[in-house]
Amino acid sequence: MLDTVSAFLTEYGGLLLEGTGSTIIMVLIPTAISYIIGLALGVVLYLTAPGSLRPIPALNAVLGWVVNILRSFPFIVLMVFIIPFTRLIMGTGSGILGTIPPLVLSASPFIARMIEQSLAEVPRESVEAVEACGASTPRIVFSALLPEALPSIVRGVAVVLISVLGYTAIAGAVGAGGLGDIAIRYGYYRYQSDVMLAAVIILVVIVQVIQSLCDFLARKSDHRSARS
Amino acid sequence: MIEIKHLTKTFESAGGTAHALNDVSLSIADGDIMGIIGMSGAGKSTLVRCINLLESPTSGSIVVDGQDVTGLSGAALRAYRRRVAMIFQNFGLLAQKTVIANVCFPYKAATGKVTSENRERALELLDMVGLKDKAQSYPSQLSGGQQQRVAIARALACDPEYILCDEATSALDPASTNTILKLLRDINRKTGVTVIVITHSMGVVEKICTNVAVLEHGQVVEQGSVADVFAAPQSHAAQVLLERVDWDA
Repeated sequence: MLDTVSAFLTEYGGLLLEGTGSTIIMVLIPTAISYIIGLALGVVLYLTAPGSLRPIPALNAVLGWVVNILRSFPFIVLMVFIIPFTRLIMGTGSGILGTIPPLVLSASPFIARMIEQSLAEVPRESVEAVEACGASTPRIVFSALLPEALPSIVRGVAVVLISVLGYTAIAGAVGAGGLGDIAIRYGYYRYQSDVMLAAVIILVVIVQVIQSLCDFLARKSDHRSARS
Repeated sequence: MIEIKHLTKTFESAGGTAHALNDVSLSIADGDIMGIIGMSGAGKSTLVRCINLLESPTSGSIVVDGQDVTGLSGAALRAYRRRVAMIFQNFGLLAQKTVIANVCFPYKAATGKVTSENRERALELLDMVGLKDKAQSYPSQLSGGQQQRVAIARALACDPEYILCDEATSALDPASTNTILKLLRDINRKTGVTVIVITHSMGVVEKICTNVAVLEHGQVVEQGSVADVFAAPQSHAAQVLLERVDWDA
């Protein structure tokens, strides 16, 4: 048994390690970029909604449409659809670099909705109390709304990271590399189910780590119940 | 002095137009504890939210010390709001901030920072409401009555001229209610701050108010000194609120 495992690792260990590295990079870099865009977009969506702090219904509707349209593209369609644009800004339409624009375009509107939802969970009275103190809108956002929504935002990070991880497997199918690519190439095309299984196990472990870490951080930052 | 002149507030919705306030005129003298009482839906919350412009009136005006504040916006509006503090039914504290950080928030709102003098003043205020030892706690670790005392300390941080209380004791038990009412009365006596109390409880009005206005269907149906209104309520709404009518009729 041990011999089989060590023989397997000798042959495929390097490949799996490289795939894991590519996957982690493909998840973290686009997600980080997407959070900058999604956070801004989510805050604007929240503020401009009818009845909110700075209602601008027209802007809110237009942004809402853009977000909905981007979110209605299945990721694989979006990725193929924007290849010319990807080539233009990244210099290549494939590989890890080639996955960044479609992942950002896909994750940003998703994050915007998650942020909007987290902000909407902050009790109305808390926001009004801050407004009644004479706080400006930027002050309300940065000193009250975002800190109050933090535990919910952190929980959202887990959902986003795991979704992006799923997208990278799809990106892998069109030549971006990573664990998804390995699972499909070896498992689907070459019937080497042991390699596919190993790749899937690593993906499962990554998901568990992301979820546990975000749950831990969310609990640490949550002072809303008496136990914390 | 706050003068409310012909104030109207309507809410447009798919179902039609709702008149929350219909030509309300009222004046509130400096140093007074004024009660505004009415049944649910009478418009009293809308009225108090118009005073600090959390709601913008549809027509009419709010005049404070001779200045019409109805059209204020931007920095002028924020400066005005610092003169008019507000406390809420469910306290409106920031759950993710400690008690002391909540009390210091108005300084942050005003200047963008909290100085050590601000923090000292906040501790004095917490001492005044009897919660100095809870400064580092989070609101969730306090009882409802304690949270409302924190909200009162926060309201006093910027030395306001007026305190608006929107059903401030409605979520509290009778003992906590008494503590909060005594606190408001003592602050009024000590600092001369004008207190405007929105409530549906005549008990609250009887305990601390000197004057009262009765609101029904968005209109003032009766106003006067608490003594007069309690002795001989004229409007049906006041009679119901005072339980002077046969409840089973």
